[in-house]
Amino acid sequence: MANIVLAAAEEAAPHESPAHGATSHGATQGTVEHHGGGDFPPFDVNNFTPQLVWLALIFGMLYVLMSRVALPRIGSILSERESRIESDLSASRELQAKAQAAAAEHDETLRATKAQAQGIGRDAQQQAASETQARRSAQEADFAKKLAEADAQIAAAKAQALAHIEEIATEAAGSILEKLTGARIAAETLRGEFKTVKAS
Amino acid sequence: MCFVFRLRKKRKTAGDNGRADSFGFAETKGRTQRPGQAMNPIEQFELQRIAPYSIGGVDVSFTNSSLFMLLAALAAVLLTIGATSKRALVPGRGQAAAEVLYEFIAGTVRQTAGKEGMRFFPFVFTLFIFILMSNLIGLVPYSFSLSSQIVITFAFASVVITLVVLYGLYRNGLGFLKLFVPHGVPVPVLLMLVPMEIISFLSRPISLSVRLFANILAGHVTLAVFGGFVVMLLGAGAWAALAPIPILAVVAMYALELLVNCLQAFVFAVLTCVYINDAIHPGH
Repeated sequence: MANIVLAAAEEAAPHESPAHGATSHGATQGTVEHHGGGDFPPFDVNNFTPQLVWLALIFGMLYVLMSRVALPRIGSILSERESRIESDLSASRELQAKAQAAAAEHDETLRATKAQAQGIGRDAQQQAASETQARRSAQEADFAKKLAEADAQIAAAKAQALAHIEEIATEAAGSILEKLTGARIAAETLRGEFKTVKAS
Repeated sequence: MCFVFRLRKKRKTAGDNGRADSFGFAETKGRTQRPGQAMNPIEQFELQRIAPYSIGGVDVSFTNSSLFMLLAALAAVLLTIGATSKRALVPGRGQAAAEVLYEFIAGTVRQTAGKEGMRFFPFVFTLFIFILMSNLIGLVPYSFSLSSQIVITFAFASVVITLVVLYGLYRNGLGFLKLFVPHGVPVPVLLMLVPMEIISFLSRPISLSVRLFANILAGHVTLAVFGGFVVMLLGAGAWAALAPIPILAVVAMYALELLVNCLQAFVFAVLTCVYINDAIHPGH
């Protein structure tokens, strides 16, 4: 490969020189380009060893740094985060389950309390109804008793009134007979007569 | 980066010729007068030795490539270590990005190579984030793209294949060779199929490295060439009115390149996982 590169360098040298000035170019290339390997530097064999030496050195150091420091660190960061996310997730799952249990419990309590409240209401209603019923019947009985008493009084008053009517009627009949006949008829007789009339 | 490189070059030139004050001007003048030759789309891939050094004859210079390796590694460290230092339960922007990358690559490895493949997760992750960061940094204008250097991508690919072969042999012993013998195929067909499987296995490091290299290289060359069109049009009198067209093209292609650069880093990581899966489960 070196021969090809050298040949290429000789071929290319005249092309390059006008750009820089023909007098100084030869000396410049000699000093700066070291051995003047060619015009295509990647194929210049003289360039190989210094690059290989430094590559081995720097790449080796980089490998040590990566494998000893960087990669374990990034790996631990990632696994730490993963475990953290995992634990956070499980904790949140736990909390969610707890919250759901609490909600269910709450619902249950609510239902029970509602039922209890409805029971209390129903009882109170029934009690009130029965009390009202009892009071009403008591009042009704009272009223009936009073009505019966009143009825009895009325009947008594009526009987008394009728009795008075009999007396008044016999007296009136006696006085009428006295006025018409002038004879005094005994009250006893009149009363007897009245009774016979009334009976017939 | 290529701009800086030019300046350095010119400074040396100026020092040599005693024209210390004219290099900047000559630079711009050269560009406007001969725009076609001023833009060199290959220049961005040049390796520049910032601190030349060698140990025992081995060139270990600190180059711009090394600099951008450091930058890519630094970006990766900032993203994965700096941004996660708070270990926040609710991540910030940086930590979220790091976590997304982690989970993305971890998921890819687990899906492709199975649970056992997870032992290679740090390797695949480092590979991915290093390529991703260097690709993204390489897209910054004037910077340097590591993946445009075949030696880098080939080094990655050979490490991957070496790892696959060694782990495959370690885990399965000679059973690893079942990789080359597809299950439930009649013997006459096997005579043809086994060499093909071997060739395809041997070509893996090449295809793996060239895929990344060629994609990044082609993207950067295209961007530079279209950028060069803008310069050329601007320097061509009345034709300068057409300059917005290549600018629009550059913008559109830059968006595409962002996608390609991320995608190629991912493709490299996925193929690595696929090959590792072959090492773990050779009989397919």
